[in-house]
Amino acid sequence: MTGIDRAQPITFRFDGRTVQGFAGDTVASALLRAGQRLMARSFKYHRPRGVLSLGSEEPSALVTLGQGAAQTPNQRATMVELYDGLEVFSQNAWPSLAFDVQGVNDLAAPFLGAGFYYKTFMWPRRAWFRLYEPIIRRAAGLGALSGKADRGTDEKAFSFCDLLVIGAGPAGLMAALTAARAGADVILADEGAAMGGRLLYEAEAVAGKPAAEWVAEVLEELAGWPNVRLLPRTTVTGQYDHGTFAAVERLAGPPAPDRPRECFWRIAAAQSVLATGAIERLIAFPGNDRPGVMLAGAVRGYLHRYGVQAGRRVVLFANNDDAHRTARDLAAAGAEVVAVDPRADAVAQGDYALRAGAEVVATRGRTALRRVALRDGAGRVEWLEADCLAVSGGWNPNTQLACHLGAKPVWNEVVGGFVMAPDAVSDMAFAGAVMGACSTRDALAAGIAAGAKAARALGLAPVPPDPPEAEAEAGALQLLWQVAAPGRAFVDLANDVTVKDLVLAAAEGMGAPEHAKRYTTQGMAPDQGRGSNSTALAVLADATARALADAGTTTARPPFVPVSISAMGAGGAGKGFAPVRLPPAHQAALDHGAVMIEAGPWLRASHFLRAGEAGWAEACAREVGHVRGAVGVADVSTLSRFDIQGPDAAQFLTRICTNTINSLQPGQLRYSLLLREDGHLMEDGPVARLAAEHFWLFTSSGSEPAMRRHLELAAQGYWPDLRVRIFEATEAWAQFAIAGPRARDLLAGVLDALPELAFMRAARVGMGGAEGWLLRLSYSGELGYELALPARYGDAAFRALIRAAEALGGGAYGLEAMNVLRIEKGFLTHAEIDGRATADDLGLGRMLRASGGFIGADLATRPALVAPGRKQLVGLTPVSVGATLAAGGHLFVPGAPLDPENDLGHVTSACQSPTLGHAQALALLRDGRARLGETLRLWDGLRGTDQLVKVTAPTAYDTEGGRARG
Amino acid sequence: MRLICPNCGPRDRREFSWIGAASLLDRPAPGGDFVAWLHLRDNPAGPLEELWLHEAGCGALLRASRDTRTHALAPLTLAGGAR
Repeated sequence: MTGIDRAQPITFRFDGRTVQGFAGDTVASALLRAGQRLMARSFKYHRPRGVLSLGSEEPSALVTLGQGAAQTPNQRATMVELYDGLEVFSQNAWPSLAFDVQGVNDLAAPFLGAGFYYKTFMWPRRAWFRLYEPIIRRAAGLGALSGKADRGTDEKAFSFCDLLVIGAGPAGLMAALTAARAGADVILADEGAAMGGRLLYEAEAVAGKPAAEWVAEVLEELAGWPNVRLLPRTTVTGQYDHGTFAAVERLAGPPAPDRPRECFWRIAAAQSVLATGAIERLIAFPGNDRPGVMLAGAVRGYLHRYGVQAGRRVVLFANNDDAHRTARDLAAAGAEVVAVDPRADAVAQGDYALRAGAEVVATRGRTALRRVALRDGAGRVEWLEADCLAVSGGWNPNTQLACHLGAKPVWNEVVGGFVMAPDAVSDMAFAGAVMGACSTRDALAAGIAAGAKAARALGLAPVPPDPPEAEAEAGALQLLWQVAAPGRAFVDLANDVTVKDLVLAAAEGMGAPEHAKRYTTQGMAPDQGRGSNSTALAVLADATARALADAGTTTARPPFVPVSISAMGAGGAGKGFAPVRLPPAHQAALDHGAVMIEAGPWLRASHFLRAGEAGWAEACAREVGHVRGAVGVADVSTLSRFDIQGPDAAQFLTRICTNTINSLQPGQLRYSLLLREDGHLMEDGPVARLAAEHFWLFTSSGSEPAMRRHLELAAQGYWPDLRVRIFEATEAWAQFAIAGPRARDLLAGVLDALPELAFMRAARVGMGGAEGWLLRLSYSGELGYELALPARYGDAAFRALIRAAEALGGGAYGLEAMNVLRIEKGFLTHAEIDGRATADDLGLGRMLRASGGFIGADLATRPALVAPGRKQLVGLTPVSVGATLAAGGHLFVPGAPLDPENDLGHVTSACQSPTLGHAQALALLRDGRARLGETLRLWDGLRGTDQLVKVTAPTAYDTEGGRARG
Repeated sequence: MRLICPNCGPRDRREFSWIGAASLLDRPAPGGDFVAWLHLRDNPAGPLEELWLHEAGCGALLRASRDTRTHALAPLTLAGGAR
C-alpha cells in the first residue's frame, strides 16, 4: 500500500523541464522516479548532490520554488508536496546544475579546510569587506531571495490544550489515543503530510494488519474524538517556558491570494509527550556524498510509500540489522543488491549477496553514482557497479525539542545514540526512540505509558490499552562512525564538513564540541546537525582520546526546522506592525482638508490645507493667525487621560504630583508636574478635580503605557492603603481646544449654555444635548477652553466647532500651528522634557513643593541635579533678519572651538513665527538663565548652517500672560 | 512564558508588563536612602522576587518569585494585598 495515487497524475517543472508525478508525491520522490538523481549543489564545494533522506532533516536536496516575488529558496525537496503547475529550480549552480563553474571550489578543497577563512584572508585588512567577503558570500551560499516584495500571506494561530503530542509515529499515536480516551484535550502534531511516522515507510504489520492500515484506523478513532485536534504538516519548532510551544504548519497546494502559505502556531500545553522518533545517520567514508548515496531507511521508504526504486544495482553499507530490511525489500522488488556489513558475523535476511566484515572505502561517478569500492577483512578491494548506495550508521533520536530549555541528552550504548532520561524535562513525557524504545512494539508500549503518565498528571484516570502486536526487533548494531581510507569523508553534508576538518579542529585546540562546531561550521546549517552531530562528536572524541559519553554535546536551540520570518511575523508587515490610533474626529478632520502625520501611535492633523495654499507652511501661518486673531479649534483627544477616583484620590495625586492637589476645589484645574523616582521631570499636564473624589490627570499623547505602570505601582505597590482606582480613559472622550480672542463667542453659539468660567476652572456643559465638560486652560497663550465630550459625539462636535470657527473668521488648526503657538509662549513638549531635564532646568523649579513627599522629591535635590552649569531653557532669535532656525543645532561662544567641551547646549524646538515676524526657538543652554541677551554661535553640522543667535527668555509673546487669563 | 495570576489563572506572558524587582515595594520614607533603593539592586542567579502588572488583564500588580536561571515560577500573589 503506497501513499501515492497513480490515478491522479500531477505535472510540475524542474529547471524548466516537465516532470510527472502523482498525488501524494514529494518533489524528491517524483524526481527520483523520473530518474533525476542530481538535485542540488553543495554549500561550500559546489559538489553535485542528490537526495539523502525523506524528511525534514534533508541536508542536500534544497530547491527554490516559484519565480519573481513568489520565489522561495532553500525548500527541502523531501517536504514539498506536488501540485499542478509547481515550478522547482535547482540552486547554487551556474550556468547549470550539471555543469557548475564554481565546482572548481571542489578542486581547491585541499586548501579550503576548517578555519580557512580565518587563516587566509588576513591581509590587507581593508580587503576583507570590499573584496574577500563579497566573493566568499557569492561562492558559498544556497538559494537567493528575489529582492521583490513578498505578496504572499501567512497566518498566526494560538491554541491551548491539556496535552500536546509531538510526532504521530507509533509512540505518538498511542500516547494521543490513551490520553484522548481518558478525556484529555489533545493536540497531535506531526510534520508529515500524512500521520504515522516510520510506519508509513515500512513493510511491517501492527495488530496483525499492514501498518498503514492500522495507522488509518487509529487516526479515524482520534478524528472522531471531539477533544482531539490533529495537526498534520505541522512541525513543532520550539519549546519555551511553562509549556509554551511554537509550531509551523505548511498548507499544501498552489499559492492563492486568499489563502495563507504557512501558519505559525503558539500552543500552550499543560503536558506534552515528545515522540519525535529518530533519523538515520551516514557513515563517514570517502565519497559518501555522491548523488545516489542515500540513507538506507529512506531507500526503503521511497520504495514502500512512493513506489520508487532508488536503484537497480544497489549496494547497502550498514552496521545494523535494521538496515538489512532495505536489502531484503529492494531485492524482493527486483533490484540486484549487495550488502556490505562491517560485522564479521552479519547474516543476510533475504535474497541478496552479503559481504560480511567489509567496508565501503570509495565511490565513483561525477553527477551520479557509478561504482562502489569495498574492502574486506583481509584488505582486498573490490569494485562493484552501483547506481544506489544505501547507508546506515544507526539512528539519531530527535531529542532537540526536549533540550530547548537546557536539558541534555545522555549517550545510550545499546541504542547507539543520545536519548532523554525519563524526567529530564518537567511536564514532558518521552516515548519511542527519544527515550530509547526503538522497536515498533517498544514504541507502541512507550506511547501508551507516556500518554497515561500525562493523563494522570492532568488528574485523569487513564485505562492503558494493551499494546498491539508488532515487530519486537530493534535491530542490533555495532558502532561504526568512520572508515579509515584515503579521500574526503563527509560528516555534515549541509555545510560540507569532513572528518579531516574535525580532526584538524581538534589538532588546533578546537576539540571541545562547542568550539569545533564554530571552527568547522559542523552543525551550523539550518538542520542544526541533526543528522551529523553524533558522528562529529564521535570523530572528535576519537581525535581527543575521550569516551563519546564524556565528550559532551552541542546545544540544541529553536527552531527545530527553519521557519520563515514571514510566518513568524504573520500579520506584522506594513501597517500590521503596530496598531494605528485614530481620534474620534479623524474623519471630520480629513473632510476639512487635514493632512495627517504620525504622532507616536496616533494619526493627527498636521495642518488643514485650503484651496490655493501652497503647502504646510502657508496653512500653518494662517492657522496661527486664526488663534491669535480670531478663534481656532483643534482636536486634542490624543492626550492621555487617567480617570482617578476614590476617597483618597486627592491624597494619591498629591503624592504623584509635585504640587499640592489636596487643596484643589471641585471644579478647579491645576497645571502639575510628575517626576521620575530619580528626580528628573517625567510629565507635565493639567489635573482637573471634577468632584471631591473624582479627578482627571492629563499627560502627553501616547504616554499611557508608561504612565499606567507608574501610577499602578504607586497605587497598588507603594500605598495599597490608599482607596483609589485608576482608569485609562483616553479613548472614552473626545476633546477639543477652542482658543483665540473670540473663543467665548464661538462657545456661546454652540453650547446649550456657556457658564462663567475663570482661568483654570472646569464646569459641566451640554452641547446639543450631549453632556460633557468645559475646561478653561490654554496651551496657546490665548483665551482658551477645552471641551470634552463622550467619544461618540466627537465627529459631530468637531464639524460643528469648525463651522462655528469659520463663521467667526477662524478655523481648524493642526499640530504644526499648535507647535508654533507653544514655542512663541515657551510652553513645553517632550523635546524639552527629554528625560535628562529637571523641573528647574525648564524654569519650573517653583512647582516642586518645599515640603516634599511626592515621587522624585528626594532624589531631585541630589547635588548633580542642582549644581551650577546645568542646561536651562531659553529662547533664541536669529541675529540676521530673515534667517530661519531648526532644532538640533548646537550653541557655542563665538570664536570658541567646535568641540564637545565648548558645546553649551542645543536647540530643542524651532519655528517660523508669523506672530513675531521672525524665527523663534527654544534651547537648553548651559547656565542659560544667566546668559539672557548674549549672542551665541549656532552651528548645525547636519544641516550645514552656522549663524549667530540672541538668547532670550523662553516666553517671546505676551510675557505677562494677560491674554490667556483675560 | 506563562504566569499564574491569582485573579485570572494561567495567562500568556504578553498580557503582563514587567515592573521591576520586588524591592521596589520597600520604598524609603521621605529623607531615606533613595539612591540605594533605586539604583543598587541585586542581580541574582537564582530566585528573584519581582513585580509584574497584569496590564492586559485584571490590572493587578503581582508579586512573583522567578528563578533567573530556569524561569521556574511559582503562582503569583497580589503585591498590594487583596483589593
